[in-house]
Amino acid sequence: MRWQTALPTRNNLRQSMRNRLATQPLFDLSKPGRRGTRLPKCDVPVQDLEQLLPAWAQATEPPGLPEVTEPEVVRHFTNLSTLNMSVDTHFYPLGSCTMKYNPKRNERLAGTPGIVNLHPYQPEDTIQGMLQLLYELQEMLAEISGLPAVSLQPAAGAHGELTALMVAGAHFRESGELRTKVLTPDSSHGTNPASARMAGFESVMIKSSESGFVDMDDLRSKLDEQVAVFMITNPNTLGIFDHQVSEISDLVHKSGGLIYLDGANMNAILGVTRPGDFGADMMHFNPHKTFSGPHGGGGPGAGPICVNEALGAYLPVPVVASDGEHYRLVYDRPRSIGQVRSFFGNVGVLVRAYCYILSHGPDGLRRVSENAVLNANYLLSRVRHILPVPHGSRCMHEFVATASDLKKKSGVTAMDLGKRLLDYGFHAPTVYFPLTVPECLMIEPTETESKETLDAFAEALFRITEEPAELLHETPHSTYTSRPDEVTAARKPQLKWSGPSGTDKKDH
Amino acid sequence: MNPEELLYCETHEWVSITDEGGSKTATVGISKFAVEQLTDLVFMELPEPGAEVAAGDEFGEVESVKAVSSLYAPVAGKILEVNHDLPNNLETLSEDPYDKGWIIRLAVSDDSALSTLLDYQAYQKQCAAEE
Repeated sequence: MRWQTALPTRNNLRQSMRNRLATQPLFDLSKPGRRGTRLPKCDVPVQDLEQLLPAWAQATEPPGLPEVTEPEVVRHFTNLSTLNMSVDTHFYPLGSCTMKYNPKRNERLAGTPGIVNLHPYQPEDTIQGMLQLLYELQEMLAEISGLPAVSLQPAAGAHGELTALMVAGAHFRESGELRTKVLTPDSSHGTNPASARMAGFESVMIKSSESGFVDMDDLRSKLDEQVAVFMITNPNTLGIFDHQVSEISDLVHKSGGLIYLDGANMNAILGVTRPGDFGADMMHFNPHKTFSGPHGGGGPGAGPICVNEALGAYLPVPVVASDGEHYRLVYDRPRSIGQVRSFFGNVGVLVRAYCYILSHGPDGLRRVSENAVLNANYLLSRVRHILPVPHGSRCMHEFVATASDLKKKSGVTAMDLGKRLLDYGFHAPTVYFPLTVPECLMIEPTETESKETLDAFAEALFRITEEPAELLHETPHSTYTSRPDEVTAARKPQLKWSGPSGTDKKDH
Repeated sequence: MNPEELLYCETHEWVSITDEGGSKTATVGISKFAVEQLTDLVFMELPEPGAEVAAGDEFGEVESVKAVSSLYAPVAGKILEVNHDLPNNLETLSEDPYDKGWIIRLAVSDDSALSTLLDYQAYQKQCAAEE
């Protein structure tokens, strides 16, 4: 095992400060009979298990749990948590993900006992406060999007896409139109074509022009009465606002289709423009991006959608309604597509979004976007002297640089640069997305970073491009694992502990 | 197969046409450039023989550590044969994309799309621009 051999020499001193014993799998630390807690002797009459549970519900042997003490468990998870990078520990310019700092205020408020102790089966009269919060959030999202009908139910952005496409499907079924195609630009997030197919549509790709916008000729050639929805991300994944969006909306509307806006990049336009005003009929928000919800961890997430008035009738049930005094959940909506998530969605994340929006207010939200765009443009103005930025000298909230020339010259790839940045104490940008730019690094600083941080990042990037290729191929040096074998990880994933002899301990 | 004698799609599939007594067969694969751009391959999804495809239809997928890419049919036809060994031996695609790395064979039903494909020189130009 590695911890036994890691003597603190000069080179691995940094590494050796980690408690390697604690980052072993808990199963490897297990010793028979060890316990975190001991229960007092039972002082009530003991019941026979057979009388309490039917035979089918009784296990024949105890579950294979590790036997460890409380400090072992605490050290295990605390040490594991230090092996990661996070927005609380590092600058995290992961393009398209809007890794802004999450204000702790949101966490505190979302953890208020009056909120966390609610049960969705409570009578409506006893959850008026929560319903008011959700109702007001619906109103806020309607105002920000310019689309009046809102569902808070979807559990993630992609789930919002799917839900909205099902809403579109219901609309076309009711109007008796057979529309089978969904158009997505080639720079779109992969979830767009995936959601289209999941919702039963055929997905058709639209090319981008040289300048990174939707290729209007290609759009015109693929637009017919079969097209149900055009899904557009604006600003797009190259970090540029497609100024043709009104023209695109007109074209699609004229042929009877709908416009869906992928709200992934809303952080660039809050309070500046509204999707409903530039032609969108439907959209989703990513509260974890735009409204500082927690990222990752597998959820629970939220992907509220907003649609125009006509499509509102098809939104999932329930929606929160109000007569001005009383708030209620409305289930009786005969044209609704039904329920897409239990109860009213993942309320905890929505509470954080509500807190974020309220604490900024309308002017504050606009400043969020202005500063996100300002920060991205400042960083762009520095990075473009280090790596080419193919789509211009101005951007919205993010921009895409390319290591293509560097790769041709010295064999150094975008991946090498990203990995080396970890050694310098920065999370890597998104690499190899969007697919339309080779060897790309997609950089999104967000509004929560200082000029000093942006300068330090640019300087690190510059220093890295001056480093020898052989060194860069081997990086990172300072992280717990260096370069995982991605092919084996994808083809033969080991997703659970399979016993002391079944695990390969080499790569812990 | 000699890559210089093949025709190419903008989407990086190559096709070779053989004509046996008037019935044309197309062998389809993906170019060395495409495989290099994809980097390390992880999965591949292939169709079953018998399916009909139109030119430009998606007939399968190849997934690398970078991205999932669709495979498009260069010409219309019925799928005769599928190289089912490939998904479990993805290194074949990297080592020999023009012979052992063939992906499907089609009985061509309409070869009009062939005139829209690129020859080797034109394809090389496109690759240089994309790199």
